[in-house]
Amino acid sequence: MKPKKPGWPIPVHDNTLYSKLMIDRLEYAWSDEEDSVNWEGQYWYGGDYNRLYIEGEGEDVVSGGEGGEIETLDILYSRMIAPFWDVQMGGGYQREYGPGPDKERGFAVLGIQGLAPYWFEIDANLRLSDDGDASADLEAEYDWMLTQRTILQGRFETAYAGNDVPEFGIGKGFTNAKFGLRLRYEFRREFAPYIGVSWNKYLGDTADLREAEGEDTDHTAVLAGVRMWF
Amino acid sequence: MNKQSDPKYPASFTRRRFLQGTAAMAALAGLGRLAPAYAWQQTGNLVAEKTVSGNTDIFDLTIGHTPMDIGGRSANPITINGSIPGPLIRMQEGREVMLRVTNNLSESTSIHWHGILLPENMDGVPGVSFPGIEPGETFIYRYPVKQSGTYWYHSHSGLQEQLGHYGPLIVDPAQPEPFEYDRDYVVMLSDWTYDDPYHVLANLKKAEGYYNYQKRTTGDFFKDVSTMGWGPAMDKWQMWGQMRMSSRDILDVTGSVYTYLINGLPSGSNWTGLFRRGEKIRLRFINGSAMSFFDVRIPGLKMTVVAADGQNVEPVPIDEFRIGVAETYDVIVEPDGDRAYTVFAESMDRSGYVSATLAPREGMTAPVPDPRPQPVERGMKSMGMDHGSMGHGDMNMDMSSQNTMDQDSMQMDMSADNNSMSGGMDHSKMNMSAEQGSGMQHDMNNMGSGSDWVLKDRKISHGPDNHGAGAAMVSPNPMNRMDDPGIGLENVGHKVLVYNDLRGLHPWPDQREPQREIELHLTGNMERYMWSFDGEKFSEVDGPIRFHHGERLRLILVNDTMMDHPIHLHGMWMELENKHGKYRPRKHTLSVKPGEMLSAQITADAPGDWAFHCHLLYHMKAGMFRVVSVA
Ligand SMILES: [Cu+2]
Repeated sequence: MKPKKPGWPIPVHDNTLYSKLMIDRLEYAWSDEEDSVNWEGQYWYGGDYNRLYIEGEGEDVVSGGEGGEIETLDILYSRMIAPFWDVQMGGGYQREYGPGPDKERGFAVLGIQGLAPYWFEIDANLRLSDDGDASADLEAEYDWMLTQRTILQGRFETAYAGNDVPEFGIGKGFTNAKFGLRLRYEFRREFAPYIGVSWNKYLGDTADLREAEGEDTDHTAVLAGVRMWF
Repeated sequence: MNKQSDPKYPASFTRRRFLQGTAAMAALAGLGRLAPAYAWQQTGNLVAEKTVSGNTDIFDLTIGHTPMDIGGRSANPITINGSIPGPLIRMQEGREVMLRVTNNLSESTSIHWHGILLPENMDGVPGVSFPGIEPGETFIYRYPVKQSGTYWYHSHSGLQEQLGHYGPLIVDPAQPEPFEYDRDYVVMLSDWTYDDPYHVLANLKKAEGYYNYQKRTTGDFFKDVSTMGWGPAMDKWQMWGQMRMSSRDILDVTGSVYTYLINGLPSGSNWTGLFRRGEKIRLRFINGSAMSFFDVRIPGLKMTVVAADGQNVEPVPIDEFRIGVAETYDVIVEPDGDRAYTVFAESMDRSGYVSATLAPREGMTAPVPDPRPQPVERGMKSMGMDHGSMGHGDMNMDMSSQNTMDQDSMQMDMSADNNSMSGGMDHSKMNMSAEQGSGMQHDMNNMGSGSDWVLKDRKISHGPDNHGAGAAMVSPNPMNRMDDPGIGLENVGHKVLVYNDLRGLHPWPDQREPQREIELHLTGNMERYMWSFDGEKFSEVDGPIRFHHGERLRLILVNDTMMDHPIHLHGMWMELENKHGKYRPRKHTLSVKPGEMLSAQITADAPGDWAFHCHLLYHMKAGMFRVVSVA
């Protein structure tokens, strides 16, 4: 509704724009092979229905290897289409850096994000790279409230590649499955350190590719990190 | 023009009592230095500062920030004439008032006279009735006083109300009152936070359940397993899980961030109302909170409710009442014996309380009751999914009240649900589609409290899209809950006031049958902290709700959310259609329970534009607001 008379205010401003920077994971991971710092986070800005999202995930190897990866860095327009669901679309970016030349590619991204029945947090995307490679990824999280402040989070991540992308060590089919368990304590809602474990297994052609290069196909890590938001 | 005290100040005010009062003031001085005058008037019989000029009573009110101590911490509330709550405004029915309001804040402000019938441009809602009061400006409200009773006033600008911008308002009747009392106290309940209210709102917007530290835990699930068995416990988890709802969403903002106040004073200050043995005391309870429903009792004392929202009702003796945000209840108590009594107001979710004392001498205290078990949990009723009519007789459908499960009813509920709901529950919304629900609706509406309910055969209609993305659920079978004391009070073992207890003293002048019905659904999406009517925020609607001037209306409210909403209409009364036929209690604020449907008759006799909204401050701010236009 517009103001009733010139110079009069709107009685209730229900369109305030908010922003939230959520660092889901900022963690140190110990494994027999290498240690790394992993990160995942998202920032959004907007109203109830329309938001701008910047989401990213990556790792930086700090010992036993070099380099790292920005697995995803997406800029998305997000629109709430149902009470618990947003449709998101935009562009994505991936970069591997290390001893050799950097490798990078861009994507067009179409995804959904929301809360599935039984309180599973879902983030799923379809990607089409600038070389025409298609892929899909899915991330699901579930929080078990052990007490009001102690929360055990289960996490599952998988990806599917529509074709081989040897440059990035990806084979056609399901590329990997990753499980994580993180036990956090919310000192404040906004600040929760955690400990955890994660297990990643490469699958199918991707596993074969890695094996051929003499790399492990599964990977267990012990984690310590912090979840925080602003 | 002469400055004077209230001429109605009773002759029973003796010198001895005055001295008593002075001593009490001294005792309080260290605690609530800047408490309002009526908080000091521990001898009761409230006086208001005013100036009298002919037929007009004049009040001067200055709004500003006053740094002060609240409960041992420094705070910077918005004060009116230097106190929180603001001063008592005491008007006289049949006279005229003039209220000169000066804004010393650095932002625009306003005062809305809650529950008072007045001309549109005196109602004090910026953007609806007037432009607001700019910094440095004095706005003069002036109107004839055409009613009597206990009311209050508060800011309608931004979130100022959360910062202390409210106060009590009493109107003395032109005719003698139908009940007697010796002393008169205001008991104004409110919630205070040291946090910035805009930060509170941002937290609610960014993190669902931010202030709720009573969520269901894995331990609660296993408790269910041990009392109900695996099957029903899983079924219960599954039911809430499919809807993605929390059965523990009782209040959005809780004792985890609130300090609760009585007359501006926290429990530690122990506000005390003095009495002499055998006296009748009138307590004027006003819930001036931003977000808190309170459950009020005075252990050891029966309370007799004599007025609701300022309007006299048939006296009803009770042990406890729940007071929604913005409601008022006048009760009379008769303490006997030389002892103190604790006035105990618990927040509805049991996350906190505030206490005060009634005593024959100052300095006395009575035991403060233990807060009752928390948390309370919502049941099927709250979703408008009660299946009591489906052959299970009159069992108690609420799955729990005090964290203990009623095993039998739970099992029966769930078995009934599994058959009838599986279809509807698979959708992203908990929606019993018409095909499934229609057979049941009819039965459902016949239960509840009696065949005299005007809505008993009513088929509710949700929009084709179930109110859109802004509504996370719809109630398939909203019910009559006017005999229901509400969550956590079902099994307390004493008499709790319910809406069906309220019986107006007289039939109101307009006895025409409603000519038109308006059905509004209270909707929300807790994940995003969106609140609305019919799924639409205020900014999403193009125009006002239209009332035709002079018409008689039936307003039907259906609560499609998991929370209680106190719905307030400005400028006109709502006559609650409970079981008392034409002796409808008339109210300015109707608390609607989850899954409840209720109706009120309205005479649209006040031309102009009026605010209509949920009185939970952050719900209103999030969009649960409309303009009603009477033309
Ligand atoms: Cu509300």
